[in-house]
Amino acid sequence: MTIGLPRALLYYRYERLWKTFFRELGCDVVTSPETNQAILAQGVALSVGECCLPVKVYLGHVAYLANHCDHILVPRFETLGKGEEFCVRFWGLPDIVRSTFPAVSLLGYNLQGHKPNSQALGFLHMGAQLGKSIPKTLQAYRRALLAQQQQDQQAEARQQALLSSSDPRILMVSQPYIIRDGLMGAPLVHMLRQQGGVPIYADSCGRSACRDGAKSLSTDLYWTLNKEMIGAIPLTRPHIDGIMLVSAFPCGTDSLVNELVLRRVRDLPVVQIVLDEQQGEAGLQTRVECFMDILHERKRAYEP
Amino acid sequence: MNHKLVISYPHMGDYSIIFTQLFRHVLPEAQLLPPPLITQHTIELGSRHSPDFVCSPFKYNLGNYIEALEHGANVLFQTGMGCRYGYYGELQEQILRDLGHDFQFICLSRERAKPTAICDSLRLLGCTQSPPKLLYALFLACESCRILDRFDRFMRENVGFEVLVGSFESVRGELLRQLAVADSLQDLRAARNTCQQASAALKLNKPEHPLRVGIVGELYTLMEPFSNFFVEKQLAKDGISVSRLMGIWFLLFGQHRTRDLRDCGGYLHYLVGANGVHSISHSLNYAKQEYDGIIHMKSFGCIPELNATPALQALSRDYNIPILDLSFDTQTSETGVQTRLEAFADMIRLKKEYNDAAVS
Repeated sequence: MTIGLPRALLYYRYERLWKTFFRELGCDVVTSPETNQAILAQGVALSVGECCLPVKVYLGHVAYLANHCDHILVPRFETLGKGEEFCVRFWGLPDIVRSTFPAVSLLGYNLQGHKPNSQALGFLHMGAQLGKSIPKTLQAYRRALLAQQQQDQQAEARQQALLSSSDPRILMVSQPYIIRDGLMGAPLVHMLRQQGGVPIYADSCGRSACRDGAKSLSTDLYWTLNKEMIGAIPLTRPHIDGIMLVSAFPCGTDSLVNELVLRRVRDLPVVQIVLDEQQGEAGLQTRVECFMDILHERKRAYEP
Repeated sequence: MNHKLVISYPHMGDYSIIFTQLFRHVLPEAQLLPPPLITQHTIELGSRHSPDFVCSPFKYNLGNYIEALEHGANVLFQTGMGCRYGYYGELQEQILRDLGHDFQFICLSRERAKPTAICDSLRLLGCTQSPPKLLYALFLACESCRILDRFDRFMRENVGFEVLVGSFESVRGELLRQLAVADSLQDLRAARNTCQQASAALKLNKPEHPLRVGIVGELYTLMEPFSNFFVEKQLAKDGISVSRLMGIWFLLFGQHRTRDLRDCGGYLHYLVGANGVHSISHSLNYAKQEYDGIIHMKSFGCIPELNATPALQALSRDYNIPILDLSFDTQTSETGVQTRLEAFADMIRLKKEYNDAAVS
């Protein structure tokens, strides 16, 4: 039995959890390759024109996996708990994929954090769908949770070490699936590194601390991922030199939240970069260079 | 507070007269200042100060606020629910403050939309009405919504066939005037009865089987005719009977999670946010009733409606019913929409003629 994991959207958050779970159950796991032009082109062709770029990419990955596995994992994410929710895009993901690929067998769970044990029950259901016993599934789920937790802690520790770097440290405020994607965020991060910047990822700053920290910037914010993104700003404030808001066109939640950040964070250089599928390298390069120049000059001016 | 409250709120179709009626009962001492009617200037103003790719209701609301503040409003109301709408308030307040305006912003969104929280906000504004009176005011407003929505539904189906052009519009104008000044249930009943009698007396030239089109989509774009270039009026001009069940009454009382999902007939398995589910369930209903076409309207980038779009396309294929997708933004050209509507109307007319010929 082969399970396909599309390397897009919340894969960048739950990779270890999913991989460990299915491997523990004795399934093979195939992951689609890093996003490339072919995957993007296929995704664009399959989706409604005005969908956001990450969803187009996601559909491209699903299309790639359609012939490479028995089931594709497409979970639905509604909430992590009371008072917050995921972008409604994640609510509709299973239905979008099902309507777009009627012939593909999907596997999934429904994360509704306001109900008790929703994630565990979802995984048990998946285990049952795959014909595994309840104890075996539970064991796999526990191990997967542990593995994911360990990985998150390691990422956090690695990032903590970077915070004391002497080069300009730039907080990348972005959805993980945009900044860590091979085609969307990776070229940007590469440029930044080439010019001596140290990217600090907002999604590796300790999620629950970030969610609490977000309240100091925005009282009404209820999107989990955006809370984790902007919550990193007050949290890492003493250790960073600039902020890069990286979004993809036309991301619904970022359109509002990033505007608020631009209006409320006044004491640090902030740049907003919106990526789309027609992105030209040169334009991006110019903006990154300008931003880095500002950071370097500021450093020179304020630090003797 | 020593200065007089001047209350304003964004427009949404003609429902602003019902807000006016409600506020008149709740805060009798305050002055009510509905923003100037939406014009091209409003939307230019709104989009100049809004983020680029936010959905267009945000820009319309913001334009309304700025114009209201320029006319002297000092208390602004906003609500919030559904998808992005729940977050409008905080950003809009920040934008208006950055523009240098001085005002009180009452945002009754999400958690603050609970009855106790609303009461607290009203008390802060100096509302002295007793709870029963507040409830009665609320009841009158809901009843007004029901009367207006019911008349609108009847009007949409028939206005395309009126013998005297503009007769429905004048009946509606009279109804709006009466609803705005109504103070009791008796007034509302009287308004409803006069308008029912007046509309029943209107002469119609309606064929036995007119072309019928159902409209579904995102609620603000549906309810604010300026934001959709008066699509319904254009369809009526083409002699098409239009059905749209989504209105404010539907928004307040017509939604039911499990039932609506069941009514999607398997096209959706989960809720997809805001009114995506209703777009599907209503469309399915129209398809089963053999409507000639469906128009799916939304503001650009509306996530719940985009979630529903693939399912809608599947429905269109399965039931062989044409669906026209219209996305509106502040940059949309009216001529473009007109051309597409005309082509759509021609297409469904030909399809109907062809089918009728095949049957007979």
